[in-house]
Amino acid sequence: MAVPDEDDTSKRIPSPVSMKSLAAPVKSAVDKYQLLPEFLKVRGLVKQHLDSFNYFINCEIKKIIHAKDNERIVSDINPKIYLKFLDIYVESPSVEEDHIREPLIPQRCRLSDTTYAAPVKVDIEYTRGNPIQTEIKKGHVIANMPIMLRSRRCVLYGMDDDELARLGECPLDPGGYFIVKGTEKVLMIQEQLSKNRIIIDTDKKGRVSASVTSSTHERKSKTVIVMEKERIYLQLNQFTKLIPIMVIMKAMGMESDQEVVQMVGRDPRYSGLLLPSIQECASERIYTQYQALEFLEKKVVKSRFTNQKVHQGDFYPKCIYVGVMLRRMLEAILNADTIDDKDYVGNKRLELSGQLISLLFEDLFKTMSSAAKKSIDEALTKASRSSSMDISLHLKKDWITHGLERAISTGNWDVKRFKMNRKGMTQVVSRLSFIAALGHMTRIQPQFEKSRKVSGPRALQPSQWGMLCPCDTPEGEACGLVKNLALMTHVTTDEEESPLITLCYSLGVEDMSLLSAEELHSVNSYLVMFNGLILGKHRLPQRFANGMRKLRRAGKIGEFVSVFVNEKQRCVYLASDGGRVCRPLVIADKGVSRIKEHHMKELRDGARVFDDFLREGLIEYLDVNEENNALIALYEGEADSKTTHIEIEPFTILGVCAGLIPYPHHNQSPRNTYQLCRMDTLLYLLVYPQRPLLTTKSIELVGYDKLGAGQNATVAVMSYSGYDIEDAIVMNKSSLDRGFGRCIVMKKVSAVKQAYDRIIMPKMSSGKGGLDSHMQILDTDGIASPGEIVRPLDILINKQSATVSRDQLISHKVLPDSAYKFTPVKHKGTEGETTVVDRVALFTDKDQNMVIKFMIRHTRRPEVGDKFSSRHGQKGVCGTIVQQEDFPFSERGICPDLIMNPHGFPSRMTIGKMIELLGGKAGVSCGRFHYGSAFGEPSGHADRVEVIRYHRVSSPSVYIHGTYLLPKAKTYGLRLGEMERDCLIAYGASMLIFERLMISSDPFKAQVCRKCGLLGYYHHSLKTGFCSMCKSGENVSTMKLPYACKLLFQELQAMNIVPRLQLTEH
Amino acid sequence: MPRLSALDMPDVPKAQLPPHLEQQRTRVSCKSDAPLHTEGIQYSGAYASMGVDNSLRLDSFSKNFRVEVVRLTEDEIEFDMIGIDASLANAFRRILIAELPTMAIEKVLIANNTSVVQDEVLAQRLGLIPIEADPRLFEYVSENDTAHEKNTIVFKLDVRCKKDDGRIKAKSSELKWLPGGSELQMASTNSNPSTNPNAKPKTYTSFNCRQDSLPEFSHKPLRPKYGDITIAVLGAGQAIDLEVHAVKGVGRTHAKWSPVATAWYRMLPEVVLTQEVEDGKAEELVSKCPVNVFDIEDIGEGRKKAVVARPRACTLCRECIREKHWEECVDLRRVRDHFIFTIESTGALPPEVLFTEAVKILEQKCERIIAELS
Repeated sequence: MAVPDEDDTSKRIPSPVSMKSLAAPVKSAVDKYQLLPEFLKVRGLVKQHLDSFNYFINCEIKKIIHAKDNERIVSDINPKIYLKFLDIYVESPSVEEDHIREPLIPQRCRLSDTTYAAPVKVDIEYTRGNPIQTEIKKGHVIANMPIMLRSRRCVLYGMDDDELARLGECPLDPGGYFIVKGTEKVLMIQEQLSKNRIIIDTDKKGRVSASVTSSTHERKSKTVIVMEKERIYLQLNQFTKLIPIMVIMKAMGMESDQEVVQMVGRDPRYSGLLLPSIQECASERIYTQYQALEFLEKKVVKSRFTNQKVHQGDFYPKCIYVGVMLRRMLEAILNADTIDDKDYVGNKRLELSGQLISLLFEDLFKTMSSAAKKSIDEALTKASRSSSMDISLHLKKDWITHGLERAISTGNWDVKRFKMNRKGMTQVVSRLSFIAALGHMTRIQPQFEKSRKVSGPRALQPSQWGMLCPCDTPEGEACGLVKNLALMTHVTTDEEESPLITLCYSLGVEDMSLLSAEELHSVNSYLVMFNGLILGKHRLPQRFANGMRKLRRAGKIGEFVSVFVNEKQRCVYLASDGGRVCRPLVIADKGVSRIKEHHMKELRDGARVFDDFLREGLIEYLDVNEENNALIALYEGEADSKTTHIEIEPFTILGVCAGLIPYPHHNQSPRNTYQLCRMDTLLYLLVYPQRPLLTTKSIELVGYDKLGAGQNATVAVMSYSGYDIEDAIVMNKSSLDRGFGRCIVMKKVSAVKQAYDRIIMPKMSSGKGGLDSHMQILDTDGIASPGEIVRPLDILINKQSATVSRDQLISHKVLPDSAYKFTPVKHKGTEGETTVVDRVALFTDKDQNMVIKFMIRHTRRPEVGDKFSSRHGQKGVCGTIVQQEDFPFSERGICPDLIMNPHGFPSRMTIGKMIELLGGKAGVSCGRFHYGSAFGEPSGHADRVEVIRYHRVSSPSVYIHGTYLLPKAKTYGLRLGEMERDCLIAYGASMLIFERLMISSDPFKAQVCRKCGLLGYYHHSLKTGFCSMCKSGENVSTMKLPYACKLLFQELQAMNIVPRLQLTEH
Repeated sequence: MPRLSALDMPDVPKAQLPPHLEQQRTRVSCKSDAPLHTEGIQYSGAYASMGVDNSLRLDSFSKNFRVEVVRLTEDEIEFDMIGIDASLANAFRRILIAELPTMAIEKVLIANNTSVVQDEVLAQRLGLIPIEADPRLFEYVSENDTAHEKNTIVFKLDVRCKKDDGRIKAKSSELKWLPGGSELQMASTNSNPSTNPNAKPKTYTSFNCRQDSLPEFSHKPLRPKYGDITIAVLGAGQAIDLEVHAVKGVGRTHAKWSPVATAWYRMLPEVVLTQEVEDGKAEELVSKCPVNVFDIEDIGEGRKKAVVARPRACTLCRECIREKHWEECVDLRRVRDHFIFTIESTGALPPEVLFTEAVKILEQKCERIIAELS
């Protein structure tokens, strides 16, 4: 008896504990959450944009003008006449009016449809006069550049909330966008394949190829080495044809075949693969460098490729580079696993606004310079030169100003030099809600065509973890291609290379140029690559990497430099280039976090900021590649001795928008995604916005709780009245009476008063003693006054236009009334809506015409048919509005605001919503806000990953029997789904359905027994259909039906359901 | 063997239902998954075979019907209604919410509003302010009616935030009663100004006399029930100047006319321990209940048992019978004809008056039906 007793106690004791604590992730010893707000304080939510733009303004722009080709403008006619750019700087935004510059504030630009731009000034040294003398001119304006809001040059930079409010700016607005011609434009983050990196890939024909896209300030080129018919060729734009690789090697001075083989590696398998190429070269009778160059001469243009720098015609580094490329490629041929994954985030670079603007600026700068040169030359050729020439006057600022303005406002990036022609680079900042605007800034656009039906790039990449939000992607064609940054992601900017290279050499990297081909791939050493450049090799790669990392943690080199030891490729990759995504992680020594409680206490007390953590080597940034060298524990408790890093907070893998959803980890993942697209509801301005009762930590970080965009509703989950089918909701009329769901819709009406227009006072009509019924809202100045209720066709501006010609307008000072035609601006609205003039703004546009802008406001209460949504992608239209007395009430007398149908839950699997309902109620009951952050508490199942896959299911969804696929392409077919079927039926095109689902799908001849209604089979010896149930072939008919249908019947039969077909003659 | 009628069973007591049927008739039982026997049996002959008459008789109703007031405060009443059918209890609830008239602000004439609150939102907010005026003293405004002292109450709100005041709140106490009617002049009076220059300027109301001269209002000025309702927050230099007209209406038209915040009832819970629950189990039961329905009683020898101490507090959350086997010990029921009725008044009328008014309305309705039928 003693035994069960013991058993009992052991069972009983842990039971109260186990429910929570055992299933819960062991709470980290140190609560690192506080780091997050600190991180965002220094970084902001759109820091990537600001950083990149600041970098451009401060460094990049100077590099551009100091570049060799750009620095001087020299006249072709008289080389002594020149102009040299000494310095360039961007000032803070200002506008020139009547030759007086005055500072510009963003709100004014928005209102007056102007561009928020700052003058770009240069210091120039130039020649003038006759005889020629050099002069230095400072502060010459060459352009007006649009300035990103909240960047270093923006007037809002560093302002506190009060100052911002005074300038008409929302303190919570993150900035990071431009104002061009009054519209707010955000430059989308562009996703690209890495530049200057070897990418091994298979092309369309299935050939393995190694490609490098080289990009410097001067040149962009793409070099591809490809294997075709067992021979290896090089493909370069400058060449008309594919060039045998051996010819290239020889042309670069590597005449000995042996050296080439050594360079690739001595493995006999490699040389085996190289042999056909060597033979081909020999058969062309090319043995020497001269012969090779002669051969190349015929194929046109010079042979410059790969980003390895050539010093004084020394092609050796290039040879090595080609060798390495070859080696990687051959390896990929032998072992398909080594092919690079193009979708791997480590192979991606994000182009930010700074880089994009710099690209454009450089191009425009060059255009401006050449235009200046042309006009100088023209001026010089003119024989009679009365005045001494001032070159600086030939620098026209319109080139850059207009070029930038046009590009940003249209979103078309055309850079002819690089054959770049991209569209849709900018978008208007969506101001539907605060979070929509924020989400817009973190959105990443792909370079691919959206319509491409590929599943690879759309799939969720494991390497996206922590860098890109796994949930936030649109539905439909751009699904999985358009991504969003996660909460803590940082995008790097370029960093100075030369000190790092020197450092590498002093840490023991053997210079490549001192190595023979044989030594290059020796067994006991690793190649060292820096930003895609081969520096040399190192015998102790791990030690080298650790040394670099130590320097980084000590702050001796930039915190974003990444060091990555690739053991497979036997390489150490160093990267300092811009556009890499990285994120901060806590460093752990043998699994012990470096951040201790006292650190956090100092942080809470304000004695420490985020940067201190970085400086003291407690936290470091890892990019995607370096993450491969790290073992990152999710929680401190899970760390073991091999752990090198610990996550700061797990929910930071989500983006800004996804962070708003409470309990997202309890939902089916597509639901979370749907929610993120759901920000499109009618609510433009909610009358009574509320803070969600159930907040998430992200909400607080983002400041969403200060700008509510929703209301907390009392919800009853029950089916009620039948007006709630298909996700419809039933609303309580009394709740609506009391202001639930009320919103204000603002509409803008603007009109321009041309020079020949006049606005007059409304005239009293002599008849009934009153005003014209449509003129009642007009003020004495002839413009509708704010606060007036406008009805459709009411006159907003009592405007008249002159009917006479321009000349008369000038000659006669005052025109008679008869010369004017009545051209009023009328309000177009729908009958029955009560609209009110909210605001009237007057200003002058760039042509000095008066512009009148009206904001027309319409307050609406929810009606039947309005769409509502929770935070879990559960939208529904209002099905009916019911009186309160008809509404159910609870034991405590609580009457819900709305009723939603419980049928919305099972198929959607939004458990998170149920928990939110509970959590919200708990919050109300105890009067506190509760947290519903992702991964905040234990969640049930581990099948989430699978579900995510399901969401981004590849579109070629082939069922067992391909029924519902359109026949065009089996692999890329689109489903003729239920909805499409409904449409076709409603349209009456039943024959089309018949065609789609049967004839062009999977027709099948079935034998059906007329007697028992079951399927039979064709009896070959009897040459007739045979029913195996009736054991006869008498009543069997042949009919056509889709194979899928027949399969369904048989599957039903297998489940003991008998489908019987009743046949009639037709 | 004597021939016996099947209905003539001597061991079955006449005119009395067996206990399980009696329970089914008078109680709703709440099981852990769902409530049972929720529908009452209306048919008078349902138990005729057992000699029980199920019909509802007026005399027995008037004998059994009781109303017991449990709690009465200024704006809330809780009373028990015993011996009444759910349909009637519900009728009272519906009338209270939707059909009992009150006075509420219907028209807002805005002379000036420079606050951040939009005009229409301000109007909506004003409408929801409960007004302490006995609606029985007023008439409904019909369509072509002019506003006069018998159907309209006029208030004025004139708040101004001085430049250096910081922020102030416009509270409902600042709504000033205008017993003389509207003070705003109609704009279109200048159509024939010359006819009678001495005539009173035309305003938006046409009061025959001042309301405070009427006996029913003279001793008690009309005002919003609560003075601390924030209407709007004004920043420096902002001002609101408006006039509001309150009229009589019912909650069916708009919730602002509803005299109750809410009115609801619940059936009396009945918690029965069908087995003795002792010692550890008893303590477990006590801790299970979030509203402390159960208590522990000493039964000597150091043993304890659970007793039902406060069945009325039970919210039927069914927490106590959620786990396995507990349903066998605890039986949760509700008494079918015992209603705990709660009325929360918004302030126009005291809650007990509201109920009697509701009864009157039901009476009128019944009379109307009788009149129609006869």
